[in-house]
Amino acid sequence: MCAGIERPRSDLFICEGTATAAVLDEGVVDGVEQLNAHFEALLAAGEQIEPRDWMPDGYRRMLVRQVSQHAHSEIIGMQPEGSWLTRAPSLHRKASLLAKVQDEAGHGLYLYSAAETLGVSRADLLDALHSGHQRYAATFNHPALTWADTGAIAWLTDGAAVVNQAPLCHTSYGPYARAMRRVCQEEAFHVRQGYDVLWSLCQGTPEQKEMAQDAVNRWWLPAVALMFGPPDTVAGGADDRTAAMGAAVSQRSMAWGIKRHTNDELRQRFVDNVVPQAERMGVTLPDPAIRWNEERGHYDFSPIDWQLFRGALGDGSQCARQRLAHRVAAHEDGAWVREAVDAYAAQLADGELESVELDDEGRRVS
Amino acid sequence: MTAEPTAEDTDLAEYVLRLGDDALVLCQRLCALVTRAPTIEEDLALANIALDLLGHARTLLAYSGTLDGTGRGEDELAYHRTERQFRSALLMELVPGDFAVTIARQLVYAHYSRLLWSALEKSSDATLAAFGARASREVEYHQMHADQWTVRLGRGTAESRRRMQAGLDLVWPYAAELFERDALVDRLDAAGTAVAPARLREEWEREVAAVLDEARLTLPKPAWQATGGRDGLHTEAFAPLFAEFRSVRLQYPGGTW
Ligand SMILES: [Fe+2]
Ligand SMILES: [Fe+2]
Ligand SMILES: [Fe+2]
Repeated sequence: MCAGIERPRSDLFICEGTATAAVLDEGVVDGVEQLNAHFEALLAAGEQIEPRDWMPDGYRRMLVRQVSQHAHSEIIGMQPEGSWLTRAPSLHRKASLLAKVQDEAGHGLYLYSAAETLGVSRADLLDALHSGHQRYAATFNHPALTWADTGAIAWLTDGAAVVNQAPLCHTSYGPYARAMRRVCQEEAFHVRQGYDVLWSLCQGTPEQKEMAQDAVNRWWLPAVALMFGPPDTVAGGADDRTAAMGAAVSQRSMAWGIKRHTNDELRQRFVDNVVPQAERMGVTLPDPAIRWNEERGHYDFSPIDWQLFRGALGDGSQCARQRLAHRVAAHEDGAWVREAVDAYAAQLADGELESVELDDEGRRVS
Repeated sequence: MTAEPTAEDTDLAEYVLRLGDDALVLCQRLCALVTRAPTIEEDLALANIALDLLGHARTLLAYSGTLDGTGRGEDELAYHRTERQFRSALLMELVPGDFAVTIARQLVYAHYSRLLWSALEKSSDATLAAFGARASREVEYHQMHADQWTVRLGRGTAESRRRMQAGLDLVWPYAAELFERDALVDRLDAAGTAVAPARLREEWEREVAAVLDEARLTLPKPAWQATGGRDGLHTEAFAPLFAEFRSVRLQYPGGTW
């Protein structure tokens, strides 16, 4: 805590680009500088920024972008595994998968709520997702082709998510950090479940083991490349210029305390987690460059350079289109339901429900 | 080898199998809706209800396999029977059209199952009584969920009202089968092990009528009644549902999961 720092409230100022940039009045500029100084002081003191605190436009924009992309990823990420709910090969696995997909819906809800504290609405964010203006983790643009994919997705992509999200539990924006604390525990559980699905397959018939290995082969790159974002260090596989660009974005984010590590640092941490698990399970990770590096104290692996990264994106693929189409169809099919919810809520708010008579068509009888 | 089951255990095994199959098939229908619901809250709610139903199915199927002397486990019974051996009521396999149909079915089943599970708390069979106590509390939420949606849709917009009424009209002919009586349930009812569902019908009707009244919807008066599920005579929708359900497991004979 840092009780000494006064906390200017955002609602006392017009803080979005509207006023700050347009009005070049000396006094306002001074005011903004002062507010920014307060904001920086809060960050420096390791305090969390709360919705009512003043924050710079760039910080708010970066957060809206990151939190909503994260929320969208949870929701779209329900699809590849969700499509196997009807086909789970045992009732025990069916129950675990149902619980997992239910958790992911919950994660989406927490994150949309966190985003809403930044002054955006869930409806607008969903529209942006549906129209392709906002993105989700491209990992999920890959198809879940067999039952083993549910194991590989949970083990590898949720495993990558845990590595990404553990530092976000202490991110500088309070509502995001709190959402992540709830999410993280459940993600760790999903990883164990996914490992267990694959482990059982590896204990089974040769055909089952083959199914497990095939799924790991297909989900390795989407997890290791896409879950951490593009390379942002030269060591991680970027050339000097792109590394500098990536690093600039990462550094901005780190200076604001949103991010705590570079993409490539987190990627390394993930590889270090996963390699021994794969060995225990008896599956091979599809990267011949993986080997323990005594000197670094880390596993080496093929650098995720930009070419590899772009290739893994799957933008515009059949599956990417299908993910979005599935989401849009659900939303459009549900429009009449949401309209009914709004209409009923409005009636309740008007307190007119008991007194108003409706005819057979649901119209008011005057 | 397991000992020959008594006549009453054989009866009870069949009765429990009916109830377990109901829960399993309805769960399967709900599983297909997750990621397709009108809101994310609803994706979550449907998954949650499906998970409860799956829990009920697992307990009931495993118990049935114990009672009938075959020692078949939950998976053996769920995945390795033929279509004709399933005892679920036809209501469960009904293909969901829109969200209103889903809610109409939930309304029918949630009230029925809450009444049934509560009544089974008094079963002279300890396993069934314990199950009834647990399950009746879980389905209270399912009932609340169905009631609230029925009212919202009934009173929301003209379209939601029209759809909800159509959903009820579609589903209602399938309700009667839940309350059917036959020699088996009569025997178990007389012995105090089970409850003949026919005894719950009046209360069920009172409850759903009250919800429909609040929703300003009309209680359907079906011109026909579905039947046959308890004898394994299903609709054509059942085979594709079952084929999908067991597809992975069948592809990997001898597999461990
Ligand atoms: Fe998640
Ligand atoms: Fe997860
Ligand atoms: Fe529940």
